Amino acid sequence: MSPRSDPGELSRPADHIDSAEPVPDEASVRPDGSVTQPKLGFVGWMRFGWRQLTSMRTALLLLLLLAIAAVPGSLVPQRSSDPNGVTQYFSDNPTLAPILDGFQMFDVYTSAWFSAVYLLLFVSLIGCVIPRTKHHLEALRARPPRTPARLSRLAGYTERELPAAADLETRAPSSLAPRSAEEGAPSSLAPRSAEEGAPSSLAPRSAEAAAEEAIDAAAVQLRKAGYRVERYELRGEASVSAERGYLRETGNLVFHTALLGVLVAVGFGGGFGFSGQRVIVEGQTFVNTLASFDSFNPGRFFNDTSLQPYRLSLERLDAVYETQNADALGQPIDFTAHVSVEGQGAEAQDATVKVNEPLYTYGTDVYLLGNGYAPTITVTNADGDVVFTDSVPFLPQDANLTSIGVVKVPDGMPEQLGMVGFFYPTQTQLTSGAYTSSYPDLILPVLTLNVYQGDLGIDGGTPTSVYTLDPSGMEQLTGGDTGVDSIELKPGESAELPNGLGTVTFEHADPDAGEGDYAQSVPRFASFDIHHDPTQIWVLVFAVLILGGLLVSLFVPRRRMWVKAAKRPDGTVVLEYAGLARGEDPGLEDAVTAFADAHAGPRVG
Amino acid sequence: MTLDEISILSVYSAMVVYAIAFIAFAIDLARRGAAVTAAADASARAEAKVAVGAAVGASAGRGGAAAAKADGGASVAYGRSPALRVGVAMTILAWALHLTATVLRGLAAGRVPWANMYEFALTGTLIITTVFLAVLLISKHDLRFLGTFVTGLVLVLLGVATINFYVSPIPLPPALQSVWLVIHVFVASASVGFFALGFALSVVQLLQARRESVVASAKAAKLTFLATLPSAATLENLAYRVNIIGFIMWTFTLMAGAIWAEKAWGRYWGWDTKEVWTFIIWVVYAGYIHARATRGWRGSRSAWLSIIGFSTVLFNFTVVNLFFKGLHAYSGL
Ligand code: HEM
Repeated sequence: MSPRSDPGELSRPADHIDSAEPVPDEASVRPDGSVTQPKLGFVGWMRFGWRQLTSMRTALLLLLLLAIAAVPGSLVPQRSSDPNGVTQYFSDNPTLAPILDGFQMFDVYTSAWFSAVYLLLFVSLIGCVIPRTKHHLEALRARPPRTPARLSRLAGYTERELPAAADLETRAPSSLAPRSAEEGAPSSLAPRSAEEGAPSSLAPRSAEAAAEEAIDAAAVQLRKAGYRVERYELRGEASVSAERGYLRETGNLVFHTALLGVLVAVGFGGGFGFSGQRVIVEGQTFVNTLASFDSFNPGRFFNDTSLQPYRLSLERLDAVYETQNADALGQPIDFTAHVSVEGQGAEAQDATVKVNEPLYTYGTDVYLLGNGYAPTITVTNADGDVVFTDSVPFLPQDANLTSIGVVKVPDGMPEQLGMVGFFYPTQTQLTSGAYTSSYPDLILPVLTLNVYQGDLGIDGGTPTSVYTLDPSGMEQLTGGDTGVDSIELKPGESAELPNGLGTVTFEHADPDAGEGDYAQSVPRFASFDIHHDPTQIWVLVFAVLILGGLLVSLFVPRRRMWVKAAKRPDGTVVLEYAGLARGEDPGLEDAVTAFADAHAGPRVG
Repeated sequence: MTLDEISILSVYSAMVVYAIAFIAFAIDLARRGAAVTAAADASARAEAKVAVGAAVGASAGRGGAAAAKADGGASVAYGRSPALRVGVAMTILAWALHLTATVLRGLAAGRVPWANMYEFALTGTLIITTVFLAVLLISKHDLRFLGTFVTGLVLVLLGVATINFYVSPIPLPPALQSVWLVIHVFVASASVGFFALGFALSVVQLLQARRESVVASAKAAKLTFLATLPSAATLENLAYRVNIIGFIMWTFTLMAGAIWAEKAWGRYWGWDTKEVWTFIIWVVYAGYIHARATRGWRGSRSAWLSIIGFSTVLFNFTVVNLFFKGLHAYSGL
């Protein structure tokens, strides 16, 4: 039996390089040598299809297909990661976009075709892993295979003289035997019966004893080296067959199974988790309930009883900007949100949330994803009653935090009032006359407001964003083409609204600050992402198994080694050593030589 | 002079020395062609001698034929040419300058020197050279012939980086302030070093396989430097070993990236363009590993996958960084 075709290896897909070459089924070869295709029934076809699907070639093609299928998602904006980009794409390519959309090009990674490829791949993987696991469990219990008849054809083949002790007496010719005779393959043509013609009847027996001893020693050494060993006695030649590296296949199976694990864990995580966003201004508090999120994306199986109610207050947001390095003035150096967290019946605890350092609390993960300014604006009507006062988050538009925000005053005025504001933490005038911000921190904060009057469009019940104002039902009172200058305020300043409507004030958050000290004049806001992903930890566990399995399966050599006390036609006994690689094993030949050296001493001559 | 200016000076010096090394390696390749022709002449002469000798019963011919069979699978033995030695020495010198430049850049910036395109290029190419030199040291096979490719690639990348990507050292934005920058980006650069070497070996493997098939079909094979290089099978095994190290590191890169993304962006995977390409590269190399284990795909086809794999790596580093939109906007340009 050739060592290549042992059944253990057939557990690999049939076209794996280590498997036996496919031999045409004898039954299907007609006497004239032509091959007939057996008629396939339904079951036959199913089995055929399954075998095709679980072949290495199919897995390989599916892998390559998966790589290709992933490409479009990087060329075209995706709804999942870049919804604004998709909107932009539609307006830039009005004819092409709907066609692409028809092919789910904006949702590549959830598209039918992408899913089809990876699901097929995983079915193929399952079909491959299950039988291999079964075979591997059997192999783990099986004995190392019989020693092949002729070791000289195998990897790292080497010979050593039978060491000392018994070989000494009558064997003078053998130790003098020319090396070259051993060099050549043991002559397979020499009749075995030559053994019988061995000179003395005493000598072979003692040589045999020495051989037994040497093989015993080899078995012990191999076992110590981590091999599973088995003694064989074939045609009167003692030998030991050893195998090691079962861990290689174990690692491979762990690797492939963990891939499945990741897919399943990711699938479940999306189903049971949620993610929500919330903007919190300094001094404000958020309660972890559905209603208090600005936006909320639950997974398919999400149940809001799994929300643990806790309070999270933003006490202070520290922003640090570069002030020294001339090449990076104003570049953000650090953002830290100082929060306090209070669970039901528990003490409030201080914590921080930073970029790269989320807060894990009450089953949720809290991330600091953005920040900006929230100028405190107060509006009074003509009677002097306060109709609006709040810190309004302004959304940053550039690196120096030029920000846009909207104030909506639905009640207390003759008509609804809206204001679109620009905030410049450090105001600078461009040559065009337009304002911009030249530094992200509060050096010269200025707020400009354009006032609109009319219908805010918020009474109809349709949800509107707090960050945008729809001017279609409104009349503009300042800025733009109105001929009236926009209102322009520094912290602590007030201005009259047009038409005697009342006043608007940009409150100074730190009224005690000295003249011109604006450092604490405007509150900041933090935008938090709050997630719950119950299977994230499992994804990590499987990822670690993938890596571990990979390392083991690529670097643990699986090999067989044999040591045989071979009888030469002239009656002498030599020790033969050889190995067989199973899978990639560049160190095999060296290992065989090293073992032979350790066992019988270095080769002489 | 500031540390960064000294660093740049070092980069330029390194580039000059790399150029010299490149030329030396190229001369060596050219010499190999000549050596092959000479060997062919010699063995022709030896054969003639055998023909004569056979008549007299001498067995000198055997020795001649055996001499042509070198170790490492090369069909023509090839010793150490002076050009080759100059190439290696210059590569070591360039590597030292390159290392100095990279360390100084890190000192100038006060952090690890791999936080923008220029720095990725600087460190990535340093790792390519380091991997090459380390492999020369470790490998049983003489792989110095790859010097032309390695020094050439490093020279081109360094040139592009210094001319097009240079930015002065600036502090890290908060999103990059993480131990994962140190780990994730470094391991990614290191795997690129291995993939680059795997790519080169696969290219030579394809050339060698073509030559071998020509030789096998007994047509007159052109006498090229290829005859002095290891056999296609040996090259394939070497490429595989280098590539799987790269692959394991890439697997780690992908996972470390996901862990970092979870901390920085609040989700571990979001199909951001850079994530997409990291995934594509990973799948291509997984395909490569499978191809080598699949009957009918071993050999040239798997070599092509290794070549495609490295092409996607380069694409990811250049085109994706510069022209694709995404969260990984850290090129610094
Ligand atoms: C998501 C899909 C797959 C990926 C990413 C993948 C990845 C890998 C990797 C990296 C290796 C080399 C490391 C090792 O030996 O463990 C490998 C080996 C292997 N894979 Fe997969 N695989 C996938 C699917 C499959 C499928 C569907 C099959 C079965 C048809 C399969 C069969 C094998 C076999 C037999 C090996 C051993 C190759 C060797 O040891 O030389 N794989 N796979």
